[in-house]
Order: sequence, then C-alpha cells, then structure tokens
Amino acid sequence: MLTIRRISKTFNPGTVNAKTALRGLSLEVADGDFVSIIGANGAGKSTLFNAIAGSFFTDSGSIVLGGEDITLAPEYVRAKSIGRLFQDPMRGSAPGMTIEENLALAAGRGGWLSHVSKADKAAFRDRLALLGMGLEDRMQQPVGLLSGGQRQALTLMMATINPPKLLLLDEHTAALDPATAEKVLSLTKDIVESNRLTCLMVTHNMQSALDLGNRTLMMDQGDIIYDVAGAEREKLQVSDLLVLFREAAGKNLDNDRMLLS
Amino acid sequence: MISILQTALELGLIGSLTVLALFLSYTMLNVCDLSTDGCFTLGAAVGAVVAIAGHPYLSLPAAMCAGVLSGFVTAVLQTKMGIDSLLSGIIVNTGLYSINIAVMGGSSLLNMNKTETVFTALKDALSETAFAGAHKTVVALAAVTLVIVFLALFLRTKLGLAIRATGDNPDMVRSSSINPAFTTIVGLCVSNAFTALSGCLLAQSQKSVSIDIGSGMVTIALASLLIGRAFAPRGGIPIRAVGAVVGAVVFRFVYAVALRFNMPAFMLKLVSSVIVIIAIAGPYLKSRYPELHRRMTHGKEAR
Repeated sequence: MLTIRRISKTFNPGTVNAKTALRGLSLEVADGDFVSIIGANGAGKSTLFNAIAGSFFTDSGSIVLGGEDITLAPEYVRAKSIGRLFQDPMRGSAPGMTIEENLALAAGRGGWLSHVSKADKAAFRDRLALLGMGLEDRMQQPVGLLSGGQRQALTLMMATINPPKLLLLDEHTAALDPATAEKVLSLTKDIVESNRLTCLMVTHNMQSALDLGNRTLMMDQGDIIYDVAGAEREKLQVSDLLVLFREAAGKNLDNDRMLLS
Repeated sequence: MISILQTALELGLIGSLTVLALFLSYTMLNVCDLSTDGCFTLGAAVGAVVAIAGHPYLSLPAAMCAGVLSGFVTAVLQTKMGIDSLLSGIIVNTGLYSINIAVMGGSSLLNMNKTETVFTALKDALSETAFAGAHKTVVALAAVTLVIVFLALFLRTKLGLAIRATGDNPDMVRSSSINPAFTTIVGLCVSNAFTALSGCLLAQSQKSVSIDIGSGMVTIALASLLIGRAFAPRGGIPIRAVGAVVGAVVFRFVYAVALRFNMPAFMLKLVSSVIVIIAIAGPYLKSRYPELHRRMTHGKEAR
C-alpha cells in the first residue's frame, strides 16, 4: 500500500542550524497493516508523517501510495487519500462552523455549488451516534463548544468518513485526559478495523504501541532502527522494548513522557 | 428631516453592499482586504463610463466584473506570490489609483448629469406607482436583497463552507483536500464584485464620480460591520448579513443626525475611524482589565 524508498530531509541546509531529520529512510507497509511507531524526542516520527502527508517535499527518495507516486503531489491533493490526526485536537476542525458543516466539508460530496442533502445529514447522524458521545443531537452547534476529546473523536470521524488509503495518527490521544484518551483509542481501533484501514500511529505510550496494531517500528535519528511484527511481537513486553532500543541505538530511550507513562 | 433620513437610508443601503463584501472577506475569510477603497472607485468609474456610453443596465455587471478582476489580483498576490495579505491589498489599492484615472479617460472627475443611469431609468418606470419618490431606495434595497439571498445560499454550498473554513482553520481545509489558495481567490473575487457594485450604484445615485469617491470606504464599511455585529452577534448567515446592513444604515442615520447638529461633513472619516477603534480595542481592553486592576491594587491590600 505504502512504499517509501530512501527519503531524506534536511532542514536549514548549509547553515549552522542544519538538521537532518530523515536519513535515507525506507519503509514498506502492506494493505491493512496497523503500524505503531515509537522513538525518542526528535527521532523524526512527526517529520516522517509530514513527509508522507506532504507538508514539505523530501530532498530525495520517493513515496508511492496505492501504486501512485505522490512524492511531489501538493498536500491538499494527497489529502484525498490520506487522513491525518494531530496531537492538538483543535487542528482538525473549524471551531466557528457547526458539526454538520464540518462533516459536510470532510465528506466533500457533490459539486462545488451543491448543498448538504437530507440523505447526507441522516448519514452524518448515524455515524456520529457510533461515537456514543451524544454529538448526533448537537449537529447544529459550533464545533468550538465541544471538549478536546469530543473534537478529536469528531476529527477521527471526519478523517475516515471517506475511508482513506492511509490513516496517520500523530500522538492523537496525547493531549487528552487518560479516560478520554482510552475512549478515543478504542474508537480508533473500531474504525480502523471496521474499515480495514492501513494505519500508521505515532505514540509515546509503549503499552498501546504493543497492544494496538500488528507491527511496531522504532525510530532514532531519522531512520527506522527496529521493525517487529508477527509472533515475535506477540511476546514483547514494554521492558523488552527499552532493552531493544538500547541495543539498536546504543543509548537509553530518553523520551520523558515515555518513561513516565 | 424626512428627506435627510431618506438620503441616509439610501446611502446606507448602497454602502451596505461594501459592508456585505467585508462580511464575506473580513468576517468569513478572515482577510482584511485593504484594496476595498480602490475597488469601490473602480466600480464607480467603470459603471459611469459604461452608463455614459449609453448602457445603464450593463453598467452594473461591467462594474462587478471589474471588481472580480481586482479581487483576483489581490488574492493571487497573497496566495501565490508570497505577499502579505495586508500589503497586497495596499499595493492593489495604489495601482488602482492609476487604473481608475485611466478608466475615466485621464480625468479625475466624471459628470453624469445628463446620463441615463439605473436610477433615472427606474424613476420613469416607477413614476406611476406608490414608490414614485423613492426610486433610489427601491433600487438599492433590491440590490441589497439580492446580495443577501446570494450570500445566504452561496455560503451553504460546499464552496461556501470551504471559504468559511479557510477563515476558521486553513489546516482543516487542506486536510479536506481543498486548496485554501483557491477558496481565498474565489472569496475575494466575489467580495470585490460587491464592493464594485456598491461604488457603481453610489456614483450613479449622485450622478458623478471623483477619483476619491472610495477613499476611507474600508474604514467606514468596517465601522458599519462592527456596529452590525452589535445588532446580530450570532445566528445564521442571513441574520448576520442583515445585521451588517442594519449597521450600515444606522451608521448613516447617526451621521445624518450629527450633521443636523452642525457637525462638519469632513468629520465622517474621523468618526468612522473612532468607531472601528472602539469596536475592536474595546473587547481587548476589557479583557485586560483584571490584570490592570491587579497592578493598581498590588501592595495596597491590607497586610
């Protein structure tokens, strides 16, 4: 589904602030894979997502999604086949517009001059009911009135309303309180499974990195240093991950949030 | 007094088209379009030239097309050329000064005393009806109604929603696979069409265009918009759009009354500036008050 070949990215090249964030990274993700990604601060996890989503062009290498070379496609074009959630729940929806209007934009049905149809409204309602947050009765309220958890759940719904070829989750539960994070994570699991989505998820929570999905990647200094799936992954414990990281990277995993969680 | 109020109503309605343009660009798209003054004059000049050439009805679409072009340039400068949105408005505004004089054939004043305008054309048509004396108000009201209906329908379409979202959260627009540059361009084209129409109607109603007919218009329209916001702070698009029009009319009424009490006419622009300052700075200063209060009382509490 997703084939990344030797992509590199250096920010501020040729200056004292030059930072190589991706070093010839290659990755092959199969259709229906749910990959969790962990790594220290500054390992290049978010940079990898930005490269895939098209926030910037990579300096070299290629990115192919579903057989289509998207290396040089603009961000808004890639968005047709890539859904993305950020850590900040405020980023994915327009606060001044109603829930219904946000969903209508995300669904993007019809021509430029079409209005939201009754059938669409009914479909949005059914979808929202699945979240179990009562949002289906608040469709005419502005999104700005929702809580962080509700907004992130809505964003998840918006990102998957037209099932994308690839779903990118960038620590999408990190800014939520533990109970809400749990809820959003289980919603994520349901939606990914029921739509058989291919998904990459960055997380700082080592336990959920192992619990969710079928494959785990470890990143350090702009490259993938450890890649585990299948039976080997089944047996792994969080403590094993820490040891594996030390062996692969030659240092301790120094993500404060990871150690605390 | 009645005639003064009627003039105020008519000027308010014509000017409210510019206010509705800013409602789209400033409130919805979150772009402060400083090319408004020049675009207003452009609409007035193009409309006048076409009307003088003998096509009073054609003058309206002609002016609007000119407005679309002006809005297109402003939008392309800020979305494709990396020029700051305020600066691109100022640049276009400056460039339009030359273009407007060129449109008026090198003169800075055009007279339409003997020209058939939309107003004179309709005056004859309405002469037998109850609206005989109010033909200007009727024309302005019709234009305002059409624009509000258009906006109410347009902003509910997928394109309209995308334009609103561009002003609200551009990240979200991109992730909905819509190019925010495109929505900004469409939004500014539409809003400038209304600004130009507004200029065109004002010129024809006062039967002349001067090169400074639009100067200060952006501040006057902004003042009206913010007054309108006080009348309709929330609610659907139609209600807020009507609020903007009410704001424009109220502004003109207050101004007309102030003139009655011997305020000199040249004070109009100062008054509009002060209104904009109060409307924008007021809520900000109010939110800062607790901090100020804390500063003043710190150390003076009973120890």
